Amino acid sequence: MLIDLEIVSPEKLLLSKSADMVVLPAAEGEMGVLPGHAPMIVLLRGGTIKLTVGGTVTDTLYVSGGFAEVTTTRVTVLATEAVEVASLVRAEGESRLAAAEAEYAAADRFNTEALDVAQAKIQSARALIEAAPAA
Amino acid sequence: MPSLKSLRIRINSVKSTQKITSAMKMVAASKLRRAQSKAEAARPYAERMERMLASLGASVAGSPSAPKLLVGTGSDKTHLLVVFTADRGLAGAFNTNVGRLARNTARRLESEGKTVKIFTVGRKGRDYLRREMAANLLDDSITYAGRKSIDFADAEDIANRITALLHDGAFDVCTVVYNRFASVISQVPTEMQVIPAPLPETPAMEVPPGTPTATYEYEPAEEELLARLLPQNLAIQIYRALLESSAGEHGARMSSMDNATRNAGDMIKRLSQTYNRARQANITRELIEIISGAEAI
Repeated sequence: MLIDLEIVSPEKLLLSKSADMVVLPAAEGEMGVLPGHAPMIVLLRGGTIKLTVGGTVTDTLYVSGGFAEVTTTRVTVLATEAVEVASLVRAEGESRLAAAEAEYAAADRFNTEALDVAQAKIQSARALIEAAPAA
Repeated sequence: MPSLKSLRIRINSVKSTQKITSAMKMVAASKLRRAQSKAEAARPYAERMERMLASLGASVAGSPSAPKLLVGTGSDKTHLLVVFTADRGLAGAFNTNVGRLARNTARRLESEGKTVKIFTVGRKGRDYLRREMAANLLDDSITYAGRKSIDFADAEDIANRITALLHDGAFDVCTVVYNRFASVISQVPTEMQVIPAPLPETPAMEVPPGTPTATYEYEPAEEELLARLLPQNLAIQIYRALLESSAGEHGARMSSMDNATRNAGDMIKRLSQTYNRARQANITRELIEIISGAEAI
């Protein structure tokens, strides 16, 4: 039995595939989803989604954050971007990291929400740098 | 009767107008197709988001710490109207309709003793409301003049500005006014309240037949999840309004340019009839002159 993975962005359907197992970068830690998983709604941090078929990882995709809806037969990821890890560019991550750190530094110390947002951006930029292939 | 020359000039000028309007119609038709496919592509995300929100909102609603975006500030003294129009005219009553709806709503709310602020997206709406209700207009406004297409980042930008205003306590209730795309020839000016967020009717969870029904588990807790989901949902709602408005704009322009082309055709027909009649009359007159001249000899 396979589980379907769908990645949708606000602009289009990014990917639709089936796999034995899907590993999601959930906000509270990596999470492997097998067919028949209990229904869940999960917050995602920046990180990589891995698809496993027959024990080997077939696809690795970077997402910058989002939400996932898990049902027994399907995982739907709402993300703003999903990129094959192979086509990531490290420099892009570094420029994002710099921008996010500047935003964090500029944010009002007492506005916790703005700080959270900036921190999430820093985290997802770091995840991009980590996931990008070495130049 | 106008001279033959002036008639010829007019016919030519109407002909070139017709060429322009029919070209604009073609352009609008192709832009409309693109806008429609964009709106279509945005649908799956919006649907899933709505489903998550429905199930989450139901479990959080009523709790005192529910986020502002969902429950509002608790009062409804100050209203913010976000008005979406096009940046360009020549689209029939498209811009006027939205502008008028916004103006009437603002007047109605004011007569109920509420304060109204207006934020415009699109040049035409800004210009119209600046004439009509300059006192209510926020200084800030957005236009996309000269831009090829709008994308989700634009919607996020608008949503961020609105959320910032909400946190500053600048308004209590936010309503979006835009042209809903009913069909190519009909755009309905619509108001849609976005803050406090109306909860969608809880749709049944997607459950394959044969499995026991269950409710969602949440990670992290509902409230934290909701706090992240709501700003995204606001951006989605705004994105949808932007897309519908842009599809509507091209639809309206297409049908108004179609009308203009047809009218130009009618006018050319009438003018050439007058022209031919005048030419014929001239010939007849000249013939009579020649004949009567010959007879006189």
